[in-house]
Amino acid sequence: MQHFYFDHNATSPVAQEVLKDLTDAMSEVYGNASSIHHFGQAAKRRLEAARRAVAARLGCTDREIVFTSGGTESDNLAVFGIARKPAVRSPKRVITSTIEHPAVLSACAQLEREGIEVTYLPVDTDGRVRAQDVRAALRQGTVLISIMHANNETGVMQPVAEIASIARQASVPFHSDGVQVGGRVPVNLRELGVDLYSISGHKFGAPKGVGALYVRKGIDLSAQLHGGHHERDRRAGTENVAGAGALGTACSLTFEWESLAELRDHLEQSILRQVPGTSVNGNPDYRMPNTSNICFEGVEGEAMVIALDLRGYAVSSGSACSSGAVEPSHVLLAMGLSPEDARSSVRFSLGPGNTREQVDGLIEAVVASAAHLRRISPSIVS
Amino acid sequence: MPDLIAVAMSGGVDSSVVAALLHREGRNIAGMTMQLWNQRRLPELSTEKTTGRCCSLDDVYDARRVAEQVGFPFYVVNLERQFEQNVIEPFVAEYNAGRTPVPCTLCNTFIKFDRFLELADSVGAQSIATGHYARITRNVETGRYEMRTAVDFSKDQTYFLWGLTQEQLSRTLFPLGEMNKAEVRALAETFHLAVAGKHESYEICFVPNGDYAAFMEAWSREKDKTGEPAEATVGVVVDTEGRERGKHAGAHRYTVGQRKGLGIAAPEPLYVISTDTKTQTVTIGSNDALLRSTMVVSGLNWVSWSGLAAPARAQVRIRNRHVPAAATLNPIDGNRVEVRFDEPQRAVTPGQGAVFYSGDLVAGGGWIE
Repeated sequence: MQHFYFDHNATSPVAQEVLKDLTDAMSEVYGNASSIHHFGQAAKRRLEAARRAVAARLGCTDREIVFTSGGTESDNLAVFGIARKPAVRSPKRVITSTIEHPAVLSACAQLEREGIEVTYLPVDTDGRVRAQDVRAALRQGTVLISIMHANNETGVMQPVAEIASIARQASVPFHSDGVQVGGRVPVNLRELGVDLYSISGHKFGAPKGVGALYVRKGIDLSAQLHGGHHERDRRAGTENVAGAGALGTACSLTFEWESLAELRDHLEQSILRQVPGTSVNGNPDYRMPNTSNICFEGVEGEAMVIALDLRGYAVSSGSACSSGAVEPSHVLLAMGLSPEDARSSVRFSLGPGNTREQVDGLIEAVVASAAHLRRISPSIVS
Repeated sequence: MPDLIAVAMSGGVDSSVVAALLHREGRNIAGMTMQLWNQRRLPELSTEKTTGRCCSLDDVYDARRVAEQVGFPFYVVNLERQFEQNVIEPFVAEYNAGRTPVPCTLCNTFIKFDRFLELADSVGAQSIATGHYARITRNVETGRYEMRTAVDFSKDQTYFLWGLTQEQLSRTLFPLGEMNKAEVRALAETFHLAVAGKHESYEICFVPNGDYAAFMEAWSREKDKTGEPAEATVGVVVDTEGRERGKHAGAHRYTVGQRKGLGIAAPEPLYVISTDTKTQTVTIGSNDALLRSTMVVSGLNWVSWSGLAAPARAQVRIRNRHVPAAATLNPIDGNRVEVRFDEPQRAVTPGQGAVFYSGDLVAGGGWIE
């Protein structure tokens, strides 16, 4: 059976151009970028070219890019690197939202254990944080605001530019988790006005295990990994030259994810039209072009994911817990969905490889399995 | 595409062999592990050893590894809510009511052969297979699905399977019912399954170290968040003559037939004869006081028999591993029978299952009142 991939928000395949670059680098550019000799210089050249490519893609300068092992490390470095700095005023406070990725939420939970006060802002039924809530939550001692750029489950874009201007007025550093956005669609960090921004390579054609954190010039970040003087003392560890190079190449790819909006809309509209009792989670006016999160009332999302997988279509539902079982999405619950509706929701996330034919096949499979699930489920929706 | 079979995989040897066997036969299978209980949920109960207990991460890892090795799709499905509602809550309620419940039967009836079958349905599977030791056959004359004890009687699990309906039986495969454990282990080795040498667990999967009282107390504390048990849990221990013989810290901590842990010195061995959680009384007595000739069984489900209209002879099992005892079943009404044993039986325990056999045929079963 052929299998088709509609789960790009979880991860996406390595792009062909990137793969070539990656294998070349791994076989040929094996020097340590910190070494002074020929081999080290070759590695350093590659590393810095990659840094410039990432900076060009994000609209910042190369010195503001710190390479990391991926989105989780970038988020952790931003949150801990700012919040753990010694402060004059106590208690220190951090503002974030209830819909953040676990890489931010769990880091904030750790900060709480360390005595830092964390405010978790709610979202409206559209799935968006309200910028005025951020303003209202500012207190004496607020050291960091961390609000994601686009949510991984709904694709909903947050009012990051507005929050950035609020943060700037209050002189509070603002981090945004841009893992679902950076590298996929044009982002200009200068214009956006954020102080820290996380990206992850495997979301847009680079391999797993490499990412970056943008740290605006003038932002003082304390390192969380200690060792050599790598990455301007912001992140120790021998540089992952091949990975960073791959990230740079992925940033230079010409594919624009905005072009996926048409396919996504076709998928979404077809499902809404052909399957009764369906609705879109998240405000469609503020969304990543590749993501659609749909509630199939009365259908167990987990069962639909398995049923679709057995038909050859990979989609997702909720978030996986440690065993691999599915738990209802904290994001959908935060948007006010009932636990039942949260469990009935399925995420479709498209990527560069998806074609119209694949989408048509997916629509057919979704319509068939939704009908089947409704037929056998005790909680049938008429 | 050939019919799909959903195989319930625990990560143990038995269900792994079932999956490998069916795959080898060319059947189209998908492995599924049911996540029933979060072993880290009640941290005060955590022990170092959590493997071999249901739903530990190691077991899920083992099941997944078998699927990878043999080469079939594998999924973990979250049934924690259903397990809580259909197994844990009744389990605690039964103990609190002074009975001794059988969670495995509840799990089989409401989770493995109900929710799991529904799940199998929903993903497009026509039938399910499990690693239970029991046999299902179809009586061609009556059209009824019949259940028989496993060929390897020492592994027989029919005591926990009397709650299955005809519909459930018609869609269930027990490929191990004709095998003995040694053969199953040998197959695991033949298939080079990573779990071939794995130890088995016989304890209640969600209760660490068999300490069900500690589990119930921790679970109840989490439920009402008061940090205190809901009811007074002290009372007296009396003997069969009504004399007070000591104090206890909660009648729910005692099981009929229990000998250890009474903390009362006596020339003769003493056993728990009965418990009453309303008055918080635990009655103790000699082994003879534990013997009963009759009992009433309710909440019946008929498996191989279609029902009981007139008194009938059967062999009756009153706990797992109990040697079935000859008895006469007298129907009281549609949902209750009186069981009259030929020889008095020791420790007839309210809340436990009673399973009726006719030779190797599982006639039906119910709950001891």
